[in-house]
Amino acid sequence: MRISELSSVFGFECIQDSYEDVELHDGYTSDLLSDVMAKAAQDAVLITIQAHKNTVAVASLVGIRAIVLCNARPILDDMIEVAKAEGIALFRTDRNQFQVSGLLYPAIHGKAG
Amino acid sequence: MESVPIDTDGGPQVVLELIYRLKVRDVMTTDVVSLPPTATLREAQIIMRDRGITGVPIVENERLVGIVSIGDIIEALDGGWIADAAAKRMTEAVIVLEADMPINFAITYLNRYGYRRFPALDKDGQLVGIVTAADIIRALLVEMNREVERLEEGLSRRRRTAEPGAGISGGSSSNVDPSMPGATDGGLASEVADPPADLVFQSRKFDFETAGKASGGLKKALKVLGVEPMTIRRAAVASYELEMNQVIHSDGGSMSFHFGAGTIEIIAADQGPGIPDLDAALTEGFSTANEWIRSLGFGAGLGLPNARRSSDEFSLDSAQGRGTTVRALIRY
Repeated sequence: MRISELSSVFGFECIQDSYEDVELHDGYTSDLLSDVMAKAAQDAVLITIQAHKNTVAVASLVGIRAIVLCNARPILDDMIEVAKAEGIALFRTDRNQFQVSGLLYPAIHGKAG
Repeated sequence: MESVPIDTDGGPQVVLELIYRLKVRDVMTTDVVSLPPTATLREAQIIMRDRGITGVPIVENERLVGIVSIGDIIEALDGGWIADAAAKRMTEAVIVLEADMPINFAITYLNRYGYRRFPALDKDGQLVGIVTAADIIRALLVEMNREVERLEEGLSRRRRTAEPGAGISGGSSSNVDPSMPGATDGGLASEVADPPADLVFQSRKFDFETAGKASGGLKKALKVLGVEPMTIRRAAVASYELEMNQVIHSDGGSMSFHFGAGTIEIIAADQGPGIPDLDAALTEGFSTANEWIRSLGFGAGLGLPNARRSSDEFSLDSAQGRGTTVRALIRY
């Protein structure tokens, strides 16, 4: 699936839309940034509640292309600015991390499980 | 006064040092009157009037459960529910500060959220103070006066000794910006450019605003060099973890990157306080980070193990009172 499908198919609110609409090959769900650094794949979507600019720094360093912020967390302006500069897409949803992971898994990996 | 007109990101170095050095507990008002949730808004109004304050925290079993602001009182007078219990009308989702946060957090919160006061909690979640913009400005003015006095003294001393051409020393604004050649587009990744000069970045305690700049700089430099993505990632992970460790645990330090023939050497050196138990620090899951650092997604005890795993050579030298130097080498 492409990044833009996060809003066109799944209805997540796009908060930062200056990004290259590439194919997502994987996803990672975590609120621990060191865990994200160690384990997340490249060209992945990150599912998290960490709505601050350090999350963007970590995403940029490991090659994450899009971040979905769960539980309708308020997103700070400086996070949006940094994401724009790095070309990382930001989305927000009122769903939680478990629900978003479940939704995206089949779309990225073909079938659940 | 609802905001503090200070740039917590750029701004003069002297002021930046102050807002990272001063803690919320240094500026907050500790003489806090609170009310139980059963108290009426009328009682809150009387306290506000008598003490000339604009908000009253609501506390139950030593826990902060809400806040009644002067705005709530005005609405209550207008709407006719001033006799209601505070619990019914208070703001429950209160944004709080922790007492050991540096005041740059308080400044950012005031400017960001539009509230005029933030309750401060200690490590155990107990209400220990309240911070307003006026508290911060008062403390900053006192410290700035002291600092300006010190600078003036230094200036007149320098004039007396009259050293022509001598630069001003002190201050740690030595962020050496990488002046990289332009990124090479196209598929010539195998064509490796000349190794760039060493890069040096400074880090500051609890400065989460600029944290990551060193690792971002390293990543850009390696991209320009045409280093393959997986190696860049390993270097970026090692560098970022070491950089965050300096921000979270040290009194500040520096990140230096040396580009050799097929190697990147990362030297993370800080000014203390040093690691008391090296084995524990290198154990996954061991962390000494406090609660608010963890709430940002750090301090899970994965940092040093991650950095070590990402490196081809890794050594750590630390002594209490002297500081810590980590050397990580990545080959490509």
